[in-house]
Amino acid sequence: MLPTLTPRNRAFWTGGASGQLLIQRCAACGRWIHPPDDRCPACGGELRAEPVSGRGTVFTFTVNAHQFHPDVPPPNLIAIVELAEQDDLRIPTDIVDCEPAGLRCGLPVRVLFERHGEIFYPLFEPA
Amino acid sequence: MSVSERSGTFEKRAIISGIGISRIGRRTGVPGLDLTVDSARAAIADAGLVPGDVDGIATFGETPIDEAAGALGIEPGYRGGGFDTGGLLSPVMSAFLAVAEGRARHVLVYRTVRMLGGEYIPRDGPAGGGGQGEVAAGVARAMADMQPLLAAHAYSAVNWLGMHCQRHMYLYGTTREQLGALAVNSRRNAALNPLAVYRDPINMDDYLAARMVSTPFGLLDCDVPVDGSIAIVVSPADHAADCPHRPIRVEAVGGAAGTGGWVHRPDYPKMASVDAAAEMWGRTELTAADLDIAELYDGFTFLTLAWLEALGVCGDGESGPFVEGGSRIALDGALPVNTYGGQLSAGRMHGYWVLHEACVQLRGDGGARQVRPQPEVAVVSVGGGPIAGCVLLTR
Repeated sequence: MLPTLTPRNRAFWTGGASGQLLIQRCAACGRWIHPPDDRCPACGGELRAEPVSGRGTVFTFTVNAHQFHPDVPPPNLIAIVELAEQDDLRIPTDIVDCEPAGLRCGLPVRVLFERHGEIFYPLFEPA
Repeated sequence: MSVSERSGTFEKRAIISGIGISRIGRRTGVPGLDLTVDSARAAIADAGLVPGDVDGIATFGETPIDEAAGALGIEPGYRGGGFDTGGLLSPVMSAFLAVAEGRARHVLVYRTVRMLGGEYIPRDGPAGGGGQGEVAAGVARAMADMQPLLAAHAYSAVNWLGMHCQRHMYLYGTTREQLGALAVNSRRNAALNPLAVYRDPINMDDYLAARMVSTPFGLLDCDVPVDGSIAIVVSPADHAADCPHRPIRVEAVGGAAGTGGWVHRPDYPKMASVDAAAEMWGRTELTAADLDIAELYDGFTFLTLAWLEALGVCGDGESGPFVEGGSRIALDGALPVNTYGGQLSAGRMHGYWVLHEACVQLRGDGGARQVRPQPEVAVVSVGGGPIAGCVLLTR
């Protein structure tokens, strides 16, 4: 199910058009912020979207074995990826090109994008 | 503020004067209103009252207040409920507050479910209510990461909580056999509960052989959808002497609709249960060491582990070893857990059977499953992810 684009989240969901994973960063304190917000939750500073490396590790995961959606045949690999730039910078996502048995916490991964019209959905594969 | 200064907390001015439970079954075809009337009439009579004595109703979800009120002949001056920081127990907590403030004298609280799905939100979109009742703004904030989860094809709570459990396993070495100890314990207790839907014994081999749903959760890690209704009557403490059955005292409540949602809590895999439990313990001089029984939410096995840690029964990461083998949590164990069979085996009454069972056990009315010696202090906990509520009850 694709997200609804808003001024706040647009950079994150469309940055893949230029091959970039865009994450908000506080102009004042330098902290990366995700999910997108209006101001820095830490210091109230202004946020602007900046590219990250697209690298990270699997923070946690589940191998889904039940068909919840007619268009999503199991097994599908769901994970929360922690981006390399900062602890606690997490994205729920799909893992692709990975054997279910090979999925583990700490697995290094890198981003790729799947286009759905205007949205470039960021998903991850083993690095 | 010290605990003694808080001895006037609102919940201490409330009691649970009556309890009632309907038929419980799978795909019964019985209309929700009929189930509601069954549980409500039972609870009102149990409290020594007649419907005309009831001047408040609180619920959310299935069977709206107006329908129940019409069928029961109640004119509720007070209407409570919603889905606030107490999570699924919000209607109960609103009733405690209403009688404490004198806004109502006897509040009927019911929860009726009809093969309710496991999700906290409608599957077709983020927080908005639907069949789940009103969603408060705080809860909506807690659910802010729903869109990214759905985008990741994580459609169900089994996926979201499977990830919590997987992280817990990674950090602490928690095993599937430890989760299975909860499933086996629940089934053993359900065999002693005539209303439970699954009563045939299971063993660890059955647990491990059940089909996988979303790792590390197999089918027997997931609760059982049912049709049914549970009701309680909440009254002011001064009604205690008039109760035909032993009234249940409300020692403390806690609730949380946590920021950080399903993904972003800094202390993941902890959940809002940690905050709810901390609030509850801050409103009483009792401690986890005083608990005689624990009726803990088990929409998935792992949620019970999470509550054991949140409540301070175990330290972080120690809940797996605590339940391993099952003897500590059995009816004759140090801390009996989910004595009625849990949502895993008795049925998914969405947080209200734990409440009902705590009252049954504190009254000493558990029959074949009654914990001995007589429990004096029980904790009831409900919820998972960013929404949690808990209640400490005494006899």
